[in-house]
Amino acid sequence: MGWISITIALPLVGALVLAVAPELSARGVRAVGMGATVLTLLTSVALLTQFDLSEPGLQLLERFTWIPAIGADVALAVDGVSLLLILLTTLLTPLILFASWSSVTDRLRGYVAAFLVLEAAVIGVFASVDLLLFYVFFEFTLIPMYLIIGIWGGTLRRYAAVKFFLYTLLGGLLMLVAILYLFGQAGTFDYEAVRALELTITEQRWLFVAFALAFAVKVPLFPVHTWLPDAHTEAPTGGSVFLAGVLLKMGTFGLLRYALPIFPDATVEFAPWLLAISVVGILYGAVVALMQADIKRLIAYSSVSHMGFVVLGTFALNATATSASVIQMVNHGLSTGALFLLIGFLYERRHTRQIAAFGGLAKQVPVMAGLWLVVSMSSLALPGLNGFVGEFPILLGTFQENRTAGVLAAFGAVLAAVYLLWAYQRIFHGPLEGADNQNTVDLKPREIGVLTPIVVLIVAIGLYPQPMFDLVEPSVDRVLTEVGVSELEVEPAATTSEEG
Amino acid sequence: MPIDFIAIMPEIVLTVTALLVLAADLALRGDAKQLVNPLATFGTLIAIGFTVFLWGDERTTFGTMFVVDAYAVVFKLVFLVALLAILGISWRFFAEGRYFQGEYYFLLLTSFIGMVLMPSARDLLLLFVALETVSIPAFVMAGLRKRDLYSSEAALKFFIIGVLSVALMLFGMSMVYGFTGTTDLVGIAEAIRAGDADVPLLLGSVMLVIVGFGFKVSAVPFHFWAPDTYAGSPMPVAAMLAVASKAAGFAGLIAIAFVAFEPLAEVWAPVLGVIAILTMTLGNLIALQQRDLIRLLAYSSVAQAGYMLVPFGLARSGSDAIAVNDAAVQAVLFYLAAYAVMNIGAFGVAIAVNRRTGLRSIADYAGLSARSPLLALALTVFLLSLGGAPPTVGLWAKFAILEAITVDVTAFGVVLGSFVVINSVIAFFYYLKVVKTLWMDEAREGLPTLQPGFNLSAVVVVLMVGTVVLGVLPGLITDFTSITSVLATG
Repeated sequence: MGWISITIALPLVGALVLAVAPELSARGVRAVGMGATVLTLLTSVALLTQFDLSEPGLQLLERFTWIPAIGADVALAVDGVSLLLILLTTLLTPLILFASWSSVTDRLRGYVAAFLVLEAAVIGVFASVDLLLFYVFFEFTLIPMYLIIGIWGGTLRRYAAVKFFLYTLLGGLLMLVAILYLFGQAGTFDYEAVRALELTITEQRWLFVAFALAFAVKVPLFPVHTWLPDAHTEAPTGGSVFLAGVLLKMGTFGLLRYALPIFPDATVEFAPWLLAISVVGILYGAVVALMQADIKRLIAYSSVSHMGFVVLGTFALNATATSASVIQMVNHGLSTGALFLLIGFLYERRHTRQIAAFGGLAKQVPVMAGLWLVVSMSSLALPGLNGFVGEFPILLGTFQENRTAGVLAAFGAVLAAVYLLWAYQRIFHGPLEGADNQNTVDLKPREIGVLTPIVVLIVAIGLYPQPMFDLVEPSVDRVLTEVGVSELEVEPAATTSEEG
Repeated sequence: MPIDFIAIMPEIVLTVTALLVLAADLALRGDAKQLVNPLATFGTLIAIGFTVFLWGDERTTFGTMFVVDAYAVVFKLVFLVALLAILGISWRFFAEGRYFQGEYYFLLLTSFIGMVLMPSARDLLLLFVALETVSIPAFVMAGLRKRDLYSSEAALKFFIIGVLSVALMLFGMSMVYGFTGTTDLVGIAEAIRAGDADVPLLLGSVMLVIVGFGFKVSAVPFHFWAPDTYAGSPMPVAAMLAVASKAAGFAGLIAIAFVAFEPLAEVWAPVLGVIAILTMTLGNLIALQQRDLIRLLAYSSVAQAGYMLVPFGLARSGSDAIAVNDAAVQAVLFYLAAYAVMNIGAFGVAIAVNRRTGLRSIADYAGLSARSPLLALALTVFLLSLGGAPPTVGLWAKFAILEAITVDVTAFGVVLGSFVVINSVIAFFYYLKVVKTLWMDEAREGLPTLQPGFNLSAVVVVLMVGTVVLGVLPGLITDFTSITSVLATG
């Protein structure tokens, strides 16, 4: 057992304790949940200390025999990208459990256990270096998330849960078929062996589409995003935070880890199309977000827009933009996660999410208003906060590769400022009217405690992002070398014309 | 020619047990009659012991009619373990209802004698006898609730359709004998290879035989007896029909298709492939509409038969097709083993919930998670496994099918694979509908507490754990199925 398998095992052990322990008070259940997730956070930090920054490939490999008949192994390893996302996961999970300390009382044991299992599965997704194992973890995340949305969600939770499940399942099954084909070619599910395959361009096209579709549903990219607003809106606060913070990243991570390096020629060929889809998603998500009356739905559509930036950066195939897109995954996890937490806290107080129901709250709840503003600023990429160090290099890099896409995407950043600030203004400014608004109470110390680590990171990353770039850049460079970016740089005119 | 008694020991043990059960039922009175269940269980365990003993052996007896090899042993073990599970879920059901217990267990064991014969049979006549041994007791078992009109309807439908299919099959078999001059499966294959294979009547008779088995595995369009029969039969019998009897049909179909008619694979494979597509699609679409859990499981089992027919659609003839055909047979075998575990489990939970109350509309399962978290969890695991979600054995069953397709990719294989993928998504829609009801809907007031009883709980728990453990470590089955080859004898 190495550090990675321990990091995956710890939440599972916690879930097992919850499953078999005969009598546990609510306090006991929460203690088990917090204990397991905090320990997991510590072991993932231990992973970071073991990590060798100078080595671009996969590190800390652990391998156990799994299904000898087909040569599938439980193979776990990390590179800079996956390590960063594992850290994001292990940081957000305890915060989520801490945030729902008082809001979830119904079937608490199941709620905490579902999050523990989900955390383990997501870490598994990021750490697998065996395609079959990756698929199993990837699909398995559906089940706990389905239950979280379906049992603890809002009024339309059942519809949202099923929609979420079926959408992502279809994508996943297509990927399974593609994985099986790769297995037929390579004779193994080992990631490095599959990556070393020389595939014909026809094979690459088909397989790339299967993989990209599975991940596009997860990201979600326009036009397969329609499950997301429903799932986000109906999920309980913790579910929304996890969904936005971590689960969506499985899609962008998958593109970077699998679609790009295994199918490099198809990637170069399809890149303009993906840039176009991303730009449409960025603008579409932003425009639709502008019109939402429900604050949670607004943030959900803003996720479509922001995740569009991540895919844009990934397929700009440019060292600056692609590295920044990894940073942006973390940024989006932090800022959107924090926004969902704040919405959750507001909802607990008011039991409504209609923007029109609020007004002038800044006088009544100054702490909440201040934190909301900081987090919104981070989300709209104000210089000095983390959003800027992700979004700006993405736009810069995209602009170098494809001017049209860069310019259009920049409008998305402008629109983000409009819908986020407008929502802030309608909720917190204006006259403080109505008994409900006048009686809203400010954040409690526990709630401030949940948000503090996130806000600290938002500021810290914004001021000094270099350590994250140091972590990510070697791994991203390795992917881009494989794709052969130089090829693309020779003929930027061609891609631009296709784009236009 | 001396008979190799070791080779047929499992069958002998089951026969002796069946007779003992019948005698014990005569001797015992009143409540003591339920002791025939442990007796039958004990006999099954001994039969399992003998079967395990045969593992790794290659034996042939009764000329070349009866073959014991790895393939047959794995199949027999699937049947015997299924029998064990069905005995477990039957005990309380039959002890509490006013049934003829002794007769039921005797018929059940007799039917399973036919099943364990099936994978060893290498002769048309023996296959036919085995199939009839499976079917005839099943007709009676379906009608065991003789004062219940639905049960009588179930038995009658099952009987008429069963007899019709057997008649068709026998007609086909006799013509095959006429054209080839032998009833030996390997001999038929050689005769077809040597002679003129394009005789249209020979192809017609091959189709008749296949149609006969199509009824048995409830493939579309020969499926319509299945839902009514499952819904009307006593529930353990429905479990047995949906799992074991269907598996027996597949055992026979494998022997017929991959051994006897292997040279004609180019003809029957597309036919079975199209039937597979129809079966899974229609089964799933109709299952979407069901409000009764047993009917939902019935249509889902029709759809599952469709998945299991997919590998037949991949078959090829000729010596260079051995890898493809082996993979196809192994995929079916793996799917059957997985399907037995998860489907008997689902029926087991249904028995636990319905036995006393007779409620079986899906709406009656609302809030089961509050009434009995264990049963709710178990049913969730079984349904997710039937759908093929990780980490359950059902995922690997689907995986085996898709993997068989990728052994040698053809256009038709891709079409079949796409239908498997699309159908998996459709199927999840109705499996999730039940899961949703279990966990997210409120229970009605005044429902009695559930008393599944020790045996039933034990079987359900073992099957649930099995579903998950095999889901995490599928190697526990593949290590066995992957070395089986029905073609080694052919």
